[in-house]
Amino acid sequence: MTVKEVEKQIVEEFSIFEEWLDKYEYLIELGKSLPLIEETGKRDENLIKGCQSRVWLDAEYREGKIFFTADSDAIITKGIISLLLRVFSGRTPEEIADADLNFIKEIGLQDNLSPTRANGLLAMIRQIKFYAMAFSSKQI
Amino acid sequence: MEIIKNVYELRENFPALNQKVNGKELVYFDNGATAQKPACVSDLVMRMNEGLNGNIHRAVHELSARSTELYEGARDRVRLFINAKFREEIIFTSGTTAALNLVASSFGGKYLNKGDSVLITQAEHHSNIVPWQMVCERTGARLKVLPVDDDGRWDMGSLAGLLTKDVKIVSVSHISNVLGLVNPVEEVISAAHIRGIPVLLDGAQGVVHSRVDVQKLDCDFYLFSGHKLYGPTGTGVLYGKKEILESIPPWMGGGDMVNTVTFAKTTYAEIPLKFEAGTPNFIGAAGLGEAVRFLEGISGDFLQEHEKQLTDKMIQGLTSINGLRIYGRGEGKIPLFSFSVDGVHPTDLAMLLDKMGIALRSGMMCAEPLMRRYGQTGMLRASLAMYNTAEEVDYFLKSLKRAVNMLT
Repeated sequence: MTVKEVEKQIVEEFSIFEEWLDKYEYLIELGKSLPLIEETGKRDENLIKGCQSRVWLDAEYREGKIFFTADSDAIITKGIISLLLRVFSGRTPEEIADADLNFIKEIGLQDNLSPTRANGLLAMIRQIKFYAMAFSSKQI
Repeated sequence: MEIIKNVYELRENFPALNQKVNGKELVYFDNGATAQKPACVSDLVMRMNEGLNGNIHRAVHELSARSTELYEGARDRVRLFINAKFREEIIFTSGTTAALNLVASSFGGKYLNKGDSVLITQAEHHSNIVPWQMVCERTGARLKVLPVDDDGRWDMGSLAGLLTKDVKIVSVSHISNVLGLVNPVEEVISAAHIRGIPVLLDGAQGVVHSRVDVQKLDCDFYLFSGHKLYGPTGTGVLYGKKEILESIPPWMGGGDMVNTVTFAKTTYAEIPLKFEAGTPNFIGAAGLGEAVRFLEGISGDFLQEHEKQLTDKMIQGLTSINGLRIYGRGEGKIPLFSFSVDGVHPTDLAMLLDKMGIALRSGMMCAEPLMRRYGQTGMLRASLAMYNTAEEVDYFLKSLKRAVNMLT
């Protein structure tokens, strides 16, 4: 599946929720059920510090693709992370650089990516894009 | 003027309270961060911007004279409000932080030397830690810290041992922005004064929730912000005893703070202008004066009883939630509650409650050392103001339980 296709799939999953409450309950479920990162990946250099919650992001480059694992101490943040990883992980640096993340807006979670919320998600996306840049220059 | 005696009448003066957030009636419980403004304050600020904008202290024309009157009138109001002895003991600043930096830099610069100390507590806001650290770095002085116990009370047993002759100033909060307890400041002030040590009180929360009388407290400095006291943002007050303010050097240089200026030497104006360099936020200060005037029109008995009611109701409700821990417990509690819930991240709770229309604070609350003291990386804080109601408390508690259930 392409990035666009995965994004479309997520939007469809969320379209069944009419109430914000159901959406957040789903995010909480996602957050709870997904073991996202190995304990060894929770190193300080992988920590993205927001004032509100902490996010860890680990990246591994294999056969032209970047594989991400991530975690957060806040469960809703973790739920959103699991969506982002579905889109980003196992992609080539070019695919990552091109992803516009419009689906976040479409499912009504853009507030959570606003710099004012200080939950580390925006910084995490920046870091993901940075990895893509770093690994693509390595290729050359 | 009619005296306001009940909360519904009081609320009518605050247009911001009457709005929906995320489709729900707003319940504003983040007053410890900033309070909403009564219409009379916003009106005055608007009227000044639209028709009374003349720079103060500088001109003979009518607009300047009238602005100056409002600015200096605000100084008189604030003086009466905290019962300072002289009007020139009231310095307008941009907030508590600016006032603290002023004292740390000016007083600290003059009186702190290598080997000296500044005594603070473990429960201070960053703005009562960092400015002192900065001046300590410059002077070679150091910080000493009075610990707090599990309930958030100052460890008064270790006070005498800490108040040694190297301490040149004690700088502590009247009420902590995390713990919400009225601290035993009188006791600290008398213990310090016996040893000839001046005391600064950070009153950012204290001035909002208690009737402050600086002469009775006998503190040497008392600092607060306008925006937490229902006044405009970017305003604040530094109260200092006249003889101390006269003895310390100005902090910032500029216009209005001078007596005569030559390239060889400048002499400074008397207090308060010595500390008010440049064009101050005179419209804001006038707005703060208006906020104080508004507060004088509310029955003191009502305020006291209402705050106590809200506090009791919050304590009762919060303690009934499993795994919830309140930081700051005991006598002298104001309606400001920092808490954590076992197994639940404060940000998650704050996000869900935001969706329910409730504004809370989550995070470290600018008190990282205190968070560490309690082994937390963040807390949730509900801080209530005089205009909050028992119905809002009920709705908040119901919503909180619902959110906790979702997350556990």
